[in-house]
Amino acid sequence: MELMTILFEITTGHGLAALGAGVAAIGAGIGVGLIGKAALESMARQPESSDDLRANMILAAALVEGVALFGIIICLLVVLG
Amino acid sequence: MKEKLYSSIFYTLNIRTFASFFEQIHSMITEFAKRFAITALIILGGVSFVVAQTEGHGEVDDHTHDAHGTHDAHSTHDAHDEGHNSLDDGEHGDFVAKDFIIPHIADANEIHFFGDHHNGFSLPLPMIFYVEGKGLDLFMSSEFHGSHATVTATGPNTGTVYIKHPDTGITSEGGESFYDISITKSVFGMMFIMTLLVIMLRSMARSYSKHPGKAPKGLTNVLEPLVLFVRNDIAVPIIGKHKAGKFLPFLLTTFFFIVASNLLGLIPFIGGFNITGTIGVTVVLAFAVFFISTVNGNKNYWGHLFWPPGVPNLVKLLVVPIEVFGMFLKPTVLMIRLTANMTAGHIIILSFVSLVFIFNQNYGEIAGYGMGVFSTLFMIFMYFLELLVAFLQAYVFTLLAAIYFADATQEAHH
Repeated sequence: MELMTILFEITTGHGLAALGAGVAAIGAGIGVGLIGKAALESMARQPESSDDLRANMILAAALVEGVALFGIIICLLVVLG
Repeated sequence: MKEKLYSSIFYTLNIRTFASFFEQIHSMITEFAKRFAITALIILGGVSFVVAQTEGHGEVDDHTHDAHGTHDAHSTHDAHDEGHNSLDDGEHGDFVAKDFIIPHIADANEIHFFGDHHNGFSLPLPMIFYVEGKGLDLFMSSEFHGSHATVTATGPNTGTVYIKHPDTGITSEGGESFYDISITKSVFGMMFIMTLLVIMLRSMARSYSKHPGKAPKGLTNVLEPLVLFVRNDIAVPIIGKHKAGKFLPFLLTTFFFIVASNLLGLIPFIGGFNITGTIGVTVVLAFAVFFISTVNGNKNYWGHLFWPPGVPNLVKLLVVPIEVFGMFLKPTVLMIRLTANMTAGHIIILSFVSLVFIFNQNYGEIAGYGMGVFSTLFMIFMYFLELLVAFLQAYVFTLLAAIYFADATQEAHH
């Protein structure tokens, strides 16, 4: 019952936007985590290709982050608009 | 004897390599410095128009908010004052984080240093309005007077009364339309950055021609690694050695412009510039990338876009619209990434400031002090992270721009 109350409070206010920001952060966290994991593993296997991998890792992380930031921007628009 | 010969050969060889290396850098930087001013002017012109059109309203501190008990935290804050506008009359003294944060990340018509409306200090900036058929109005933003949220000013030339309100922006009394091309905080910051960069890079280019073959000194020493980084780690590996030179001036310009504006936004106590977090600025930057990659697109690029080879005809129906949509989506994402990243950094730092007030108000003074210590520590951490992000975002923007240029100019390889 309490959960229902909380959920109701969330959906009526701007809380849903905050929830959305959290979900966006989860998605970005998983994405960037996987990229970091894969890059570290590859660097450990082939240390000589570290420089090349690092640039591509940052690029991929930036692309993932871009999608997450779309979510954040929409949340901001809901709260402010 | 042999050794001496070898060493002298080695020495001359070395000098020659170095000399050609520096000659190369010199010509590169002179060319860059030449084009920088032109590119910068174009960006500035576009930006000041967009910014002034869309966000030409500033913060108006009408009520003073008396912050109680957390003055120790203020000394550790950054540029942000304790005053905020509580526009809702019923909420006197209540701290609303939104009203505190938004004016700080939005563009403004003045550079706000500290304090509130009455005993604070802010630098007024020129307001420029063009009323069609009537002429141009030019006055300082300190001309705006009024006791409440709404402040008014009369144009000295046309006599139009301009009304500034935090919610609606700047309107004229008679409802007549006008063009707002005021020098806002962001525009002022950009002018400052461009002057600084042009002076720095010109002097750098001059020092190469003055002392050819010598190791760089002073400021040149700081900037050379950055220039070489953009060339050797971004432009050449991605675009290719032969075509990189064509795009290098633009890539260097955007890189230095973004780094400088990001860093300017991180300097505390000078008004909290948020240049790259202003959407108008990144719109123009992203449009420049889009324009350059579209103009330079070769047969191969357009072919892959509208008639991808090796794809079954039925699938082409699906792929081509996506590809065309992607062509416009790429610069849009470029724009949003930069804006959102920089704005998010500012919001996080300001949220830590707000937490002090919220705890002080809701849980008492001691909680406020405790939160002040906690916030300060986290703010310092965030500042270091933002320093990294300032460079990282400039790198990412330049890298992606280079990738789009490379896409547009690559030759068929199958």
